[in-house]
Amino acid sequence: MNKTVITFAVLGLMTGSAAAQAPNFDDPAEFDKQREQLTATFNGPADQIYRQYAGNEMVDTSEFATDAPWTVCFSNAGVNNPWRVVGYTNMTEEVKLHPEIGTFTHVDAEGSDDKQIADIDDLLAGGDCNILIVSPNSTAALTPAVEKACAAGLPVIVFDRGVTTDCPVTFVHPVGGYGFGIQAADHIIANVPEGGNVLMLRILPGVDVLETRASGARNMFEEAGLTILGEEFTDGDNAKTKSIVEDYLQRGNIDAVWMDAGATAVAAIEAFEDQGMDIPVITGEDQQDYLQKWRDLGFAGIAPTYPSYQWRTAIIAAVQTLKGEEVPGPEWVLPQPAITQDVLDDYINENMPPLHYAMCGCEDMPTYPEAWGGNE
Amino acid sequence: MTDASLPTAPRRFRFDRHASTILLVAAILIYVVLVVALGQTRFLTLENLVAILGRSITLGITAIGQTFAILVASIDLSVASLISASAVVTSVVMNGDPAMMLPAVAAVLALGAVVGLINGIVIAKLEVNPLIATLGMSLVIQGVLSYYYNNFAGNVPAEFQIFAYGSWGIVPYSLLFMFALAALAWFVLRFTRFGSDIYSVGGNKDAARLAGIKTANVVIGAHVICSLCAAIAGIYLASRLRSGAPWIGAEGVYDLESIAVVVIGGTVLAGGRGGIWGTMAGVIIFSLIDSIFNVASVDAFVKQVLRGIIIVAAVAFYAARSQRPVA
Amino acid sequence: MTDQTLARPEAKKRSLPHFNPVYVLVVALILAIIVMNPAFGEPTGYMNFLKRVTALAILSAGALYVIVSGGFDLSVGSIMTLTVIGSSMLASNDPNSTYWIIPLMLGIGAVVGLVNGLVVSYLKVPSLIATLGMMITLNGVAFMWSGGAPRGYLPDTFRFFGRYNITDVPVITLLPIAVICLFGFGAILWWGLHRTNFGRLLHAVGDNPQAARLAGVPVERVRISAFVVSALTAVLAGVILGGRAGVSVDIGSGFELQAITAAVIGGAQLLGGRGSVPATIAGALALEAIFTLLNLLGLAQPVRLVVQGLILIGAVALATYQRKRSGR
Repeated sequence: MNKTVITFAVLGLMTGSAAAQAPNFDDPAEFDKQREQLTATFNGPADQIYRQYAGNEMVDTSEFATDAPWTVCFSNAGVNNPWRVVGYTNMTEEVKLHPEIGTFTHVDAEGSDDKQIADIDDLLAGGDCNILIVSPNSTAALTPAVEKACAAGLPVIVFDRGVTTDCPVTFVHPVGGYGFGIQAADHIIANVPEGGNVLMLRILPGVDVLETRASGARNMFEEAGLTILGEEFTDGDNAKTKSIVEDYLQRGNIDAVWMDAGATAVAAIEAFEDQGMDIPVITGEDQQDYLQKWRDLGFAGIAPTYPSYQWRTAIIAAVQTLKGEEVPGPEWVLPQPAITQDVLDDYINENMPPLHYAMCGCEDMPTYPEAWGGNE
Repeated sequence: MTDASLPTAPRRFRFDRHASTILLVAAILIYVVLVVALGQTRFLTLENLVAILGRSITLGITAIGQTFAILVASIDLSVASLISASAVVTSVVMNGDPAMMLPAVAAVLALGAVVGLINGIVIAKLEVNPLIATLGMSLVIQGVLSYYYNNFAGNVPAEFQIFAYGSWGIVPYSLLFMFALAALAWFVLRFTRFGSDIYSVGGNKDAARLAGIKTANVVIGAHVICSLCAAIAGIYLASRLRSGAPWIGAEGVYDLESIAVVVIGGTVLAGGRGGIWGTMAGVIIFSLIDSIFNVASVDAFVKQVLRGIIIVAAVAFYAARSQRPVA
Repeated sequence: MTDQTLARPEAKKRSLPHFNPVYVLVVALILAIIVMNPAFGEPTGYMNFLKRVTALAILSAGALYVIVSGGFDLSVGSIMTLTVIGSSMLASNDPNSTYWIIPLMLGIGAVVGLVNGLVVSYLKVPSLIATLGMMITLNGVAFMWSGGAPRGYLPDTFRFFGRYNITDVPVITLLPIAVICLFGFGAILWWGLHRTNFGRLLHAVGDNPQAARLAGVPVERVRISAFVVSALTAVLAGVILGGRAGVSVDIGSGFELQAITAAVIGGAQLLGGRGSVPATIAGALALEAIFTLLNLLGLAQPVRLVVQGLILIGAVALATYQRKRSGR
């Protein structure tokens, strides 16, 4: 029971679409839009992916221009999973690059909506904030708190998950969940013959971006004539993942394993390894442990990403706002590249921790790799 | 703390009656000293005091009910799941329609009463250990709930959000509501037959039975109150979050936290001793700890370590003098 | 010794009562699984199953010591997490590190158990609260140590215990190291609780602490030892689970309640006095078998929760009913 609880709280990988109350996880229009964005050309500096943006819409922020030093306040849903840890490190290191930021106030809601609303109240009551950055724990629940902050005259930057109000200056996020599902499903469809068996491993039901990852992929498999052996929920638990794959292997052949998130990818691969079987077509994510396993065993892999550099972008957006510069908005859509076989070696770094997310856009920072737990 | 306000025996200082007050004063002092030391006196405003008190309404309402369960020498681990279920039922039944506000509240209170009744009967009549009975109940509620819903479902109308977001001057209605509920609970415990029966049954069940108290009914009653409070907490949370989802109770860890604040407030886990105002002190201490961590920008992981130590230390503060062995 | 005469007659009464229903439950569940999935009857099938359940089984058998002594240990899951995170931090990919890391982790476990026991015995903090505080603290320590995400791998020598199989064994084809651990540690824990003076003292303390104290039992020392045993088995369970699954930050969460559930299904009486190591291990097998069966039936997570909840209440209600009928 506790496991479910924690995973619910832990899953901070959130949606691009600012979903309304009754969320629709199978939206063909959004699916097509994200498929297009995956291959679109992004504006901005070519060597700084975390500054790139889709489209040409900009927001005027001159009303928020303030003299430095600034107090930047950040209400964080939590740092309760490795992706958020990498992201938060990106963020604090980015803050160090901006001497205009005098104070960076961070409050951590430890994965609770109730607490995050209280945190934002605290910041409004006594925080002296010049700008508020919010990474909402969930979309609908945090909307009133964000509206309250806007009403207090604060510029607000939202990233990762959205809110259902357009009062923030901008909403920073990568392409989105459908895009992730499309990249993974395309890879499987290209490598598995028609009629092949696909096992879909998911973390939990109900989490917006994970649902969109799965619904897009499911439709594509059905269209391509692949057999979906089952959709199983792993709770993000390695041991459970291994058990599930073992059970399926006892009952028959698996040609491909599709995953909605990569944290348990290595456990799934090990289930094949431990039975002495060949590794099938696999989709994972940009964690170092998976990338290295992929290189070492040489299976047909791919790593779609939900890039953690968006945590840097949030700070950049805040700095531009307080300078009164134009900011991409009301949505700042970041690129969302997948790591494929041909670029695999570029992303592998043996000195980084196993669950370091390679698509961090952080290699150009002076404190890389120590601040992320790497050696050298 | 219930008793702290009463005249105590002049002969000696009754430590255990004042302990929760001492802890509360200590927490306030630490907060003030820290804020002054960090030069952040802007946190010493009335607004901020209200914000601190308003942090833990959900926990506070739940803990009022948990106090009843623990006083009667039971415990309730099902409150977190029940909070989720109540919040979801609230928002699904209302579904944006102001006319459905009353039916929704009635439905949730009925749900709470039924859950409490079942908990009480399983514990009092089938004599299942309360920890297991309510853990089992928690799994059943969570299972049924997540069978039907796996995300935020429904929404509450704007009129209903007044419960969580409306205020009288700078004081939120919800804060007033919590203290009113606490006062009501205090009245029940202090001045009614049922209240004194709770202390008797919690203190010594066999003696209470011999004294002619229907102990099973008292236990069942305490559990119904506990579940009703959790249901109300769910209603409040739905109003605050605008909607309910099957994980919001678990994500707030209201089961273990409500037990922790009750015990920090001086109610003895073995039952029979303690009271509501101690629990409220415990809730405020928890809110203060959270605010202290935020003001001092304590790292999220260090926060956890400190919180664990504080819980044990606070309980040890009372218990270390006790002569009886504990479970 | 007085305390022996105090505990002995009960031990006799316990040794011959009716057959513990948990064994029937396990056999029935396993048969049902084999009917649904004949591959389970082959060595890879049942060996994988045993391998999977080893960590929980050992953990539950250790947690039983605390339950028999009349307390709870909610910190075991966090000890498992700390073991896995700590080992991965210290190992830095050096295969030879395993030989000092595991003893070091056992040392840390012993200290944690000692602190639990001291806080409960001398600060008089109820074990539920004391070990809850320890759970929160240790999870925080594991996060602090690692910075929130795993910082290293577990070397293969460490993962040996939870992951590797001896192949080409006659009759059973393959024998996972974990299964050897299950039988080995299971036997040691059985011996400790049912065949030693310490075990008898534990039962006496859990049954009636005042009477035990009057009979000259060193109640504090016995209870502290129970917490130490529980913490040590949690370290072992952590080594095996980490071996099986690799590093993750919340690897042990939820295990504390599962361990109590397994003990209860095995007929252990909460708040002390009775419990059996083999029945607890059978309880762990039953729990895992239920999950496997529900998966085979295609029933999703929500149904699992409901079934687990009902079984938990049912098992205790049944045990209480039997006890009342047999007049104890």
